[in-house]
Amino acid sequence: MRGLLRGRLGTAAGFALGTVLLLGVAPAVLPVFSLGLLGKFLCFAIVAVGIGLAWGRGGMLTLGQGVFFGLGAYVMAMHMKLADASLFGGSGVPDFMSLYGSGEVPGWWEPFRSPAVTLLAVVLIPGLVALVLGLAIFKRRVKGAYFAILSQALAAAFAVFLIGQQATTGGSNGLSGFRSFFGFDLKDPNNKVMLYLIAAVVLLLSIALARQLMHSRFGELLVAVRDQEERVRFLGYDPATIKTVTYVVAAVLAGIAGALFVPLVGIISPADVGVIPSIAFLIGVAIGGRATLLGPVLGAVGVAAAQSALSSTFPSFWVYFQGLLFVLVIGFMPGGLASLPALLGRRRRLRTAASTPAVPATRVRTPLAAPPEPEQNATMPEEARR
Amino acid sequence: MTMPTLLPDGEPRAGGLRHGRPKYLEVRDLSVSFDGFLAVDNVNLDVIQGDLRFLIGPNGAGKTTVIDAITGLVPATGSVNHTGTEILGRKVHQVARLGVGRTFQTASVFENLSVLQNLDIAAGAGRGPLRLLRRRKTVDAAVEEALEIIGLEGAAGKKAGILAHGQKQWLEIGMLLVQNSDVLLLDEPIAGMSQDERAETGELLRRIAASRITLVIEHDMDFVREFATSVTVLAAGKVLSEGSVAQVQADKKVQDVYLGSSEVEATDA
Repeated sequence: MRGLLRGRLGTAAGFALGTVLLLGVAPAVLPVFSLGLLGKFLCFAIVAVGIGLAWGRGGMLTLGQGVFFGLGAYVMAMHMKLADASLFGGSGVPDFMSLYGSGEVPGWWEPFRSPAVTLLAVVLIPGLVALVLGLAIFKRRVKGAYFAILSQALAAAFAVFLIGQQATTGGSNGLSGFRSFFGFDLKDPNNKVMLYLIAAVVLLLSIALARQLMHSRFGELLVAVRDQEERVRFLGYDPATIKTVTYVVAAVLAGIAGALFVPLVGIISPADVGVIPSIAFLIGVAIGGRATLLGPVLGAVGVAAAQSALSSTFPSFWVYFQGLLFVLVIGFMPGGLASLPALLGRRRRLRTAASTPAVPATRVRTPLAAPPEPEQNATMPEEARR
Repeated sequence: MTMPTLLPDGEPRAGGLRHGRPKYLEVRDLSVSFDGFLAVDNVNLDVIQGDLRFLIGPNGAGKTTVIDAITGLVPATGSVNHTGTEILGRKVHQVARLGVGRTFQTASVFENLSVLQNLDIAAGAGRGPLRLLRRRKTVDAAVEEALEIIGLEGAAGKKAGILAHGQKQWLEIGMLLVQNSDVLLLDEPIAGMSQDERAETGELLRRIAASRITLVIEHDMDFVREFATSVTVLAAGKVLSEGSVAQVQADKKVQDVYLGSSEVEATDA
């Protein structure tokens, strides 16, 4: 049975189950408002898939995914602002520009009038920025805490930059008040459901992509780079290339998630892309289990849902709770909740080994306790130490 | 079994291959300086394909630093020529791609990956992006052969982290084989091994060295006597002596350096 679950059939069944839940059950049982909220959580989950790859598998503590999330989001928001201005205002100039700026659309906004350019830019701009950053960082062998600090500083700088550009990016207000999405009325509940469905499909696709990467030779190499970067060099690989590719994939996923976030939530502002949201992206991944395929997804959705439920009741308390949760998980359960079955299994084995000393306490091959989803069989608790 | 591609026919011998055009490693005036301290001082060294050369010397003689310099890990001056190609001044992964492979004093395999995955990664530096993005379904013939040579056929699916110390070192040597290195630089491969494991490692070196350029750093003089075809003695960063084990042990300078050092009984030649 377990062998069956691990195989291709199990994977197909897992994906089918996910598809039915996300695309069938959720839209049928949830009201439109909750569906929009779930869609927002799914956007965070898409970011989390990328972080799971980069951090869980690649060992790169990406504390600045808000930058790429923001790039994708602002590209989409600029397009929607321009489209709204043409559709409803007639002038083609977004409302806030007349309020705070010269009333003229800056040249660098113009390309985003085109829907095709916008869709390409959502993928290409975060990807290219990550490519340049990745090459600059990893070729110079910046890693570990230095990489984490650098990426976080980038998120801080990006938010500060956006706040400073009141006339062209809306400053700290950000961009909001969207009325249409590629010609569809955003007030129409059917279109809201459609937006949710798009986010769900994108999430399923990004999980499939992450799965392929994890199980490919590239994925094995990535784990090797994470654990022994120098050793990989002596085998004739340049670890910088492998890390950069992974970083770019994570950035593109974050960018796409940002672009979906804007029509779903209706606003993008520096508060959604700075240091705090960047860390928030990470917490779900850590709690769920960063080195697994589904851990980051479930963790991200769970933490976002908890935040949404708790922060309305205890607004100031949530941030402390979030920080505490992060410290506890990193400190005591570095493999996240996904490592819980294996941890419990090991404790049970230790106890039985202690009570029956006749059994030699050799290293028993840890059969990973059967988790609910087949993909979680990829859990490797030991590898999460880094 | 598959065609033998990794194992040569004969045994290594002093001076290396005597026919054809043997490959070689030619080190000239190699110097490494750490903040003004000359760790390696104008070292000259020639190793010919088919020779099983041991590099010995007291602690701090610069043996490991020589290997570090050859593999591009530490910056060095001078020249290291691998069969016509200058390899000094290149990056570590470029040197590795030119066929220079090494192991480390503390076995450094990928502990979270299986033995098979370790070997597969070692064999794959030349793979294109498309092959990398696909799942590993078949086992390369070279990997299969290497598993057999290093005696780990039965452990292919085990995580490398749970291997015994000796097995880890053998896995490292297997990785060098599938990596297609023609220069093998082994840093104390038998340190910490049991007597049986030492003998097996020695036999393994004998089997693979005839077609390769092999340089082994070693402290254990019994092991050196048994398996070396030639020896270079390094002391204080300089080459002190070179030749067969008997020649080196008879060398007065070598005896002087080793007297007072407990690790080698150099005088009983």
